[in-house]
Amino acid sequence: MDTIFALASAPGRAGVAVIRISGPAAFPSIALLTGAGRGGRGRTVRRLFSADGGVLDDAVIVGFPGPGSFTGEDIVELQIHGSVAGVSAVLGRLAELPDLRMAEPGEFTRRARENNRMDLAQVEGLADLIDAETEAQRKQAQAVLGGALGKVADGWRENLIRAAALIEATIDFADEEVPVDVTPEVSELLLAVQSDLSHEIEGVRIAERIRQGFEVAIVGPPNAGKSTLLNTLAGRAAAITSEIAGTTRDVIEVRMDLAGLPVTLLDTAGLRDAEDKIEAMGVALARERATAADLRVFLMDPADVPVDLWREGDIAMRPKADLLGDTDGAVSGLTGQGVDKLIARVQDTLGQRSASAGLATRERHRHAMMVALDGLTAAQGLLEQGPEMYDLAAEDLRHAIRALESLVGRVDVENLLDEIFSSFCLGK
Amino acid sequence: MKHSPVDVVVIGGGHAGSEAAHAAARMGARTVLVTLRRDGIGVMSCNPAIGGLGKGHLVREIDAMDGVMGRVADRAGIQFRLLNRRKGPAVRGPRAQADRAIYRSAMLAETEAREGLEIVEGEVTDFLMDGARVAGVRLSDGSEIPAGAVVLTTGTFLRGVIHIGDVRRPGGRMGDLPSVKLAERIESFELPLGRLKTGTPPRLDGRTINWDGLESQPGDDEPELFSFLSSKVEAPQIACGITYTNPRTHDIIRDNLSRSAMYGGHIEGVGPRYCPSIEDKVVRFADKEQHQIFLEPEGVNDPTVYPNGISTSLPEDVQEAYIRSIGGLENATILQPGYAIEYDYVDPRALNAQLALRDVPGLYLAGQINGTTGYEEAAAQGLVAGLNAALAVQGREPVIFSRTDSYIGVMIDDLTTRGVAEPYRMFTSRAEFRLSLRADNADQRLTPLAMELGCVGDTRRAAFQQKMEKLDHARGLLTSERYTPKQIGSVGIKVKEDGNRRTGLDVLAFPDVVFESLIPLVPELDATEAPIRRQIENDALYASYIERQKRDVVALRRDEAQVIPVDFDFAAVDGLSNELKQKLSRARPESLAQAGRMEGMTPAALALLLARLRRNGQAKRA
Repeated sequence: MDTIFALASAPGRAGVAVIRISGPAAFPSIALLTGAGRGGRGRTVRRLFSADGGVLDDAVIVGFPGPGSFTGEDIVELQIHGSVAGVSAVLGRLAELPDLRMAEPGEFTRRARENNRMDLAQVEGLADLIDAETEAQRKQAQAVLGGALGKVADGWRENLIRAAALIEATIDFADEEVPVDVTPEVSELLLAVQSDLSHEIEGVRIAERIRQGFEVAIVGPPNAGKSTLLNTLAGRAAAITSEIAGTTRDVIEVRMDLAGLPVTLLDTAGLRDAEDKIEAMGVALARERATAADLRVFLMDPADVPVDLWREGDIAMRPKADLLGDTDGAVSGLTGQGVDKLIARVQDTLGQRSASAGLATRERHRHAMMVALDGLTAAQGLLEQGPEMYDLAAEDLRHAIRALESLVGRVDVENLLDEIFSSFCLGK
Repeated sequence: MKHSPVDVVVIGGGHAGSEAAHAAARMGARTVLVTLRRDGIGVMSCNPAIGGLGKGHLVREIDAMDGVMGRVADRAGIQFRLLNRRKGPAVRGPRAQADRAIYRSAMLAETEAREGLEIVEGEVTDFLMDGARVAGVRLSDGSEIPAGAVVLTTGTFLRGVIHIGDVRRPGGRMGDLPSVKLAERIESFELPLGRLKTGTPPRLDGRTINWDGLESQPGDDEPELFSFLSSKVEAPQIACGITYTNPRTHDIIRDNLSRSAMYGGHIEGVGPRYCPSIEDKVVRFADKEQHQIFLEPEGVNDPTVYPNGISTSLPEDVQEAYIRSIGGLENATILQPGYAIEYDYVDPRALNAQLALRDVPGLYLAGQINGTTGYEEAAAQGLVAGLNAALAVQGREPVIFSRTDSYIGVMIDDLTTRGVAEPYRMFTSRAEFRLSLRADNADQRLTPLAMELGCVGDTRRAAFQQKMEKLDHARGLLTSERYTPKQIGSVGIKVKEDGNRRTGLDVLAFPDVVFESLIPLVPELDATEAPIRRQIENDALYASYIERQKRDVVALRRDEAQVIPVDFDFAAVDGLSNELKQKLSRARPESLAQAGRMEGMTPAALALLLARLRRNGQAKRA
């Protein structure tokens, strides 16, 4: 039985973060983490170390020996300081320990249920986790990791399917007219994925994402007061405002801190059919950035919001509350009316998102990418030894693809057969 | 006339039917095999070959359960080839060209000799019904055979239509009549049906082929047989010829496409992508200048040649024209034109893992009728249906094959949980535990299970036990002692000087180390027989991979063990989305493992199911 771990408290900046570890290796892992001979039982304060002996954090460690624990297995909870980077480092360290892996959604609960540690009502509370299927996870990952990675992952999927299909074709259709040696093409396909994976694991893009935080686009018709609102929120005149519609042409970005969440506000050109060529480019850019943003604040009547831009969770408020009699659901950058409400709603929405799809997701994917990279590296080594080793190379490749499922979607034997039959003329 | 009641009736004497009847009889069930004609038992209606990649695995597994296909194929084999011989043992597939006549007569002899198995010649026109339950069969002469269970293995007979160009006629195989009345009865069960098609090439007269100058493909020097009990080849061995289509062949086909049944719009069924017609090949791969054709003799004393690779539904005159455009076939005469056949199949998701229809108690389906193709796939299903029909009649627990123990398990699971979109054929890539499910260890995987069930004869039991003793002895020698790197290095094996002591088995896992390398280290190993040596090498080769997969195997077995009762109410599981509830209610998975493989299932949904199952279980105990 694997030992599983996950962040048990809500992600994001907080006073204390709780990481839960459950399974037979829970207590041994604490010994490795703290360098102490034995640990974890009862409640202790210990320093946590990285593999190279660097200090990660000081933690309150609480042990719950099975079978009386939540899952019925040995459980250890680490209470550490709630910084994003700190939690990430500890999760990363746990993933390196033998027999430990990141928990799947719902897995603690499932274990609890299997060990008869939970009643049905409690399990039924899990219903909201039902979206955690592979496909949804993939979408979530792409949302969290950013559109750029999504495109990269689609490329991985294509490469991996093609690579696996080529190897399987030489195995399953050995008595037909298929190439015998597919090492060069497969190697090239895998190498591309390997290089991307290494890049992602280094955390270049992910780190950037954490640093940049969420993008919130202010969208609306010309002269709705988008720039005025941005300036009010930013507390400074970041954007030029005037009464002339179409003043904002480029996208203006302002970084700010909203209750601990790093947010980049985007002020965009007003949406209209512009005759001015430059303004038209601005409008196109506005649409593009608004679509890519994590959240859109529409300064217009909710009924007028363009359906192609609206995503669930977006916010629509009527502009220029100062000029309206009825100010419910309206906002004014000029007078500050409704701004508090707007900020509260943005915080609320983004807070929930970072909770459901935050750090844990990133850490899980980083781990998946590491397992996959190992598998692909092993497969490469075997491929170089020629077709005699394809059975083993295929297994390492399969292992790698399975690890990456949460990013590239499930790859089924039917996907491979589709690729094989569209590439080769088979059939005796 | 009323036949005395029996335990199991098997309808159809093809590959599924023969294997089903034998399996039921081996289990001690009184069994009747009803076939239109005694000489139709064991007929190979398509190409005269058994085994291949994935398929060879199935034959070995059938044999490990003491089934008949492997032994009969060994007797009829006229050319044995081990496919993927140069690749790892997990993906090697034994294959043989079979002499059609020997195969048929050997299968008939086996069937006549089987104790507790009676052959009845006749046409089944209806089932005997006991309420909703199938309780036997009625034959066209009015006689009745009451039975505890019925296995239906009638291939393509449901709405079977044969196409040659724009000529079409109802029929199962060429020359067989479709059984209309029985089809109507089956229709009344309102089973979910789909439509498939398959094709055959024209059969040629080998005496009119100019073999000079054609490539020849001989069998292996050391033939690899199917059965763990066979020791030698019996029939004379032959070579196959190889020729190719050419641009002229393709022109003829292209010019006549509109006259092809398939391209003329006469066929609606879906064909197998791995067995396209020559029309398909020419259209879809237009820039290919030639396609390979294997000229496979159908027997030692039979002039018929099966040109493998050019199945067709073009009219006869076009078939003749394109055949004669091919090198070596300039003067070839066609003995029987190629044809396409379209037929209904029963969506196998209507079956449980015993291959019993969920909604028609007492009735089992096996073979092509379940949407599969191939003799081996059919025979393996026959085995499963026959065993379970017998077990059910005997009031015993069913036998369920798992994806973790066999290709049979993979196939049954694929069919019953995912259904088919084209005729289902086995491939090694369908088996996620391919490295452990090997043709070479099929006996170790399945014979113990077969012995437990009681379907194994004395000869096999003795042979298996003897082999296991030899294997255990050799493994014992290889694990009893641990050697230092220095000791290992002293016999010429390269090893890291890391101070770790290793067993002989550990060392065998090194690349380039073979069994023989270890004999200087453990001299007693010298007495080990060659097949045992190879077996141990194969196990060592994959040991680390199999170890890694073990966790998945354990998890899957655990979920398979969590059985979902037939009457389980999926709609009553709170927290499941309506879509999932509907999907589950339709598919009615039999275990948590099956549920987990359904599209759209999630870990959380599985936890909910498990919770509900556990609670129901507790309520029952209480």
